[in-house]
Amino acid sequence: MTTALSFRNVWVEYGDQVVLERVNLEIPAGAFISIVGPSGAGKSTFLRLVLGQERPSRGSITIGGKPLPPEPRPDRGVVFQRYSVFPHLTVLRNVLIGLEFEKSPILGRLTGAARREAIARCGTLIDAVGLGDHRDKYPSALSGGMQQRLAIAQALARRPQVLLLDEPFGALDPGTRAQMHALIKPLWREHNMTVIMVTHDIKEAFALGTRLIALNHHRVDPQAPGRYGATITYDFDLNRDTPVPVLGFPKRDANGASQNGGPKP
Amino acid sequence: MNIVPGRGTRVFLALLPFVLIVVIYAIGSAERRAANPDDKILPPFAEMLTSVEHLAFEPDRRTGQYVLWSDTAASLQRLLTGLGIATVIGLCLGLALGVLPLVDATFGTVVAVICMIPPMAMLPILFIVFGLGDLSKIVLIVFGVAPFLVRDVAFATERLPREQLIKAQTLGASTWQIAIRVVLPQIMPRLIEAVRLSLGPSFLFLISAEAIAADTGLGYRIFLVRRYLSMEVILPYVAWITLLAFLMDLALSRLSRSAFAWAHVVERR
Repeated sequence: MTTALSFRNVWVEYGDQVVLERVNLEIPAGAFISIVGPSGAGKSTFLRLVLGQERPSRGSITIGGKPLPPEPRPDRGVVFQRYSVFPHLTVLRNVLIGLEFEKSPILGRLTGAARREAIARCGTLIDAVGLGDHRDKYPSALSGGMQQRLAIAQALARRPQVLLLDEPFGALDPGTRAQMHALIKPLWREHNMTVIMVTHDIKEAFALGTRLIALNHHRVDPQAPGRYGATITYDFDLNRDTPVPVLGFPKRDANGASQNGGPKP
Repeated sequence: MNIVPGRGTRVFLALLPFVLIVVIYAIGSAERRAANPDDKILPPFAEMLTSVEHLAFEPDRRTGQYVLWSDTAASLQRLLTGLGIATVIGLCLGLALGVLPLVDATFGTVVAVICMIPPMAMLPILFIVFGLGDLSKIVLIVFGVAPFLVRDVAFATERLPREQLIKAQTLGASTWQIAIRVVLPQIMPRLIEAVRLSLGPSFLFLISAEAIAADTGLGYRIFLVRRYLSMEVILPYVAWITLLAFLMDLALSRLSRSAFAWAHVVERR
């Protein structure tokens, strides 16, 4: 199994404030990584690093073996907790817009046969997230859960290698959240992508992930709270058929990586 | 708080203040006429009607034009040209300021400063530079309204959630594509709203400029007949200007509702 993302000794510092330190991580392609940790432990910073919104002050990040481009690109899709969909576009157009960006650089719009073809492709995605009956509704007419499903369909339209989920189900009620869990896992298998999900919900993290990573401060200096940054404190392999992992010892050898990652048929 | 008027009641209630104003005016006018038959300050409606008839439906003896309509055409042409140019500037520059940090760094401060220049203080300069014709009046309106529109559009752009712009980039959008497909449609309702708010200042600038130097126009006419205390002309003109402004406001509001229906959905959650 190839490596999708790799972090080599990544640090993020703002002046004296160390946010992340010594982050070493290999994410195999096809893994579903859950990231948990208390507030202020650099979860969002980690996600921004992968998105390319932020650059590491030390160390390097590579995606598919190449250095990570320092700006958001279609190889990394994202679903935020809120504001992920465009309020001025209907469900269908929200999904369509990714394809229009791809194929129509000047106008950002498709017409004729190209449009019909794109609509057919988007229709499949919209049906897959269960919004088939709501294609022509605006997001304001959708419930919170439906909006998040739309955001997922929208992100999948460009077939990203890596899908980032930033507390995607955090604002949903438990019932809707369970539906979303049932939805996201088959989609991940089907689209064969790497998912990185940041969440506050530990149960969700264990239920969905093939691997769970906890970010936390390993040491706090009361005199200088910003002196030590957060790093990976736990790295669990959640695939049942592998041995129980030892705390704090990420498996980074090739053998371990292959056991960690990948959807099982 | 919980008593909500129905549709018919709503129309009746909305008309009530207007009826009151008319009645109060009629009483005041009649009282003054009773005290002084030559009173010019509050002419009765009949006199206003004859003056409107005279201005609107009889050609002027000297020029052969229908005064009210030629005034209206001249004023509206100036106003709409000025407002149109200001809107285009506001949209393009505001969008660029809001989307591109480089443009914002270059022009943000200068726009903020220009916004603070009182346009009426610029009027003499405009008259000197652009002459006393239509051009100086149009430039005054552009000058008075465009900086406000630019800033308003730029602020509206900056208020868009950052997540949306990131999301668009992860969908492969270029800066240009984000500007025309994500930002532009979302700020259009706000632009229309800002133009509606600018209608008042636009008329202010137009009437002021026409009052000072013009040979036709609604503001010109009002200030011309002021010398003769011709309230029977001034009052209908003021009402006519108000009606024009109100109709423009209404038209813009309708346009926003029909073209950008998504922006007018009441938040239900």
